[in-house]
Amino acid sequence: MGHSRLNDDQLDDRDRQIVALIPRLRRYARALAGNADQADDLVQDCLERAWGRLHLWRRDSNMRAWLFTIMHNIHVNARRRAAIRPDDTPLMDWDPAQGVQPIQEHIAEIRSIVGALQRLPSEQKEVLLLIGLEGMSYRETAAVLDLPIGTVMSRLARGREKLRAMTGNDGETAVKMSS
Amino acid sequence: MSRAPERFDENDVHAFVDGQMEPERRAAFEKRLAADPALAHLVAAYQRQNAALHAVFDPVLGEPVPAALRRRPPGRWRVFAARAAAAIVLVAIGAGGGWLAGRTSMPVTSPATASLEFAERAAAAHAVFAPEVRHPVEVAAPQEDHLVAWLSKRLGANVKAPALGEAGFTLVGGRLLPDESSPAAQFMYEDRQGRRVTLYMRTNPSGRHETAFRWVTAQGVTVCYWIDGTFGYAIAGDNVSREEIEHIATVVYRQLEQ
Repeated sequence: MGHSRLNDDQLDDRDRQIVALIPRLRRYARALAGNADQADDLVQDCLERAWGRLHLWRRDSNMRAWLFTIMHNIHVNARRRAAIRPDDTPLMDWDPAQGVQPIQEHIAEIRSIVGALQRLPSEQKEVLLLIGLEGMSYRETAAVLDLPIGTVMSRLARGREKLRAMTGNDGETAVKMSS
Repeated sequence: MSRAPERFDENDVHAFVDGQMEPERRAAFEKRLAADPALAHLVAAYQRQNAALHAVFDPVLGEPVPAALRRRPPGRWRVFAARAAAAIVLVAIGAGGGWLAGRTSMPVTSPATASLEFAERAAAAHAVFAPEVRHPVEVAAPQEDHLVAWLSKRLGANVKAPALGEAGFTLVGGRLLPDESSPAAQFMYEDRQGRRVTLYMRTNPSGRHETAFRWVTAQGVTVCYWIDGTFGYAIAGDNVSREEIEHIATVVYRQLEQ
């Protein structure tokens, strides 16, 4: 596969970092938008802005955080422009269980968790996805979303509780913690 | 002197679920979990949420990047796109970091459908043996040659124990385990703080050729797994961050490729 090797003259290290992160941006956008076309529009806008502003990126800073910050800002602006109310959130145009090969009895639960995800307020969904799917630390998530870490934690907690309630995975009330 | 039992709040529940709790507190939290079924129930529900997100959305990592994403902006990006269009798809599929960019071959995936059960058995094997103090492995690292020859013979394919020094881990040893219908090998590694990760491998469990890295969390163990040619691989860790596991997986992938 030598012919597919990237040409080093054309690509510097920053380009490589961006290219390598495209699949992760797409994964996040797909989960955020719940719709493959809208997700890729989001990724495309994000990439264009990133390539156009590459001179603003500080070397040795975190490329992933930078790209996800750009995507967050685009997402927020798009929602604002469209004045999308939460109940206007587009329905998913694909079956969340498609392509998944978990043990059979888990499929229903996975489907309902992901269905419920699309009904979460956008700010809770973002936190849940950056942490639970993208695997970001709480601190990095706070930086990307430009929020205090306490706000990240409370959105995470509320989002997860809401998901749990919506999927009816148990009827118990929240466990009381000693604190 | 008696110590007050460690106190945990809601943030700790999430930190545990997300693998963002310091190892000492994590141990205490696990004790608390064992004694508190309602808490364990809550933690398991949150863990299933994370697992569901990965199960559903990780396959996106393996999808070819659509041409539309490579079309704009004009100028720099177009030149770049024209020259490297095919490569972008391949690089993108690998995901995870810049480490694939310079490679000449990389995982070419169909929608990543590596066996989740395989990864769950890797998690279970990790959960059973990683805490083991006296008998973590059957054959210890000083007999690495013997270990590798033995496992290769039993698995019916050439097995290597990758060196994870650049990730800060050294080989403890390995063991043979029963997998679904054939044997599996588990190599255990340890860092200077005594944290352990395991590499679980068996001959290709699903007949697929190659997949991107996929993730699952089971029993509090985070697993990164993939299939590459004749083998399925899984890196499992319970008190190691996802980033570290991903780093280890890339190191393993790179070495096994050679």
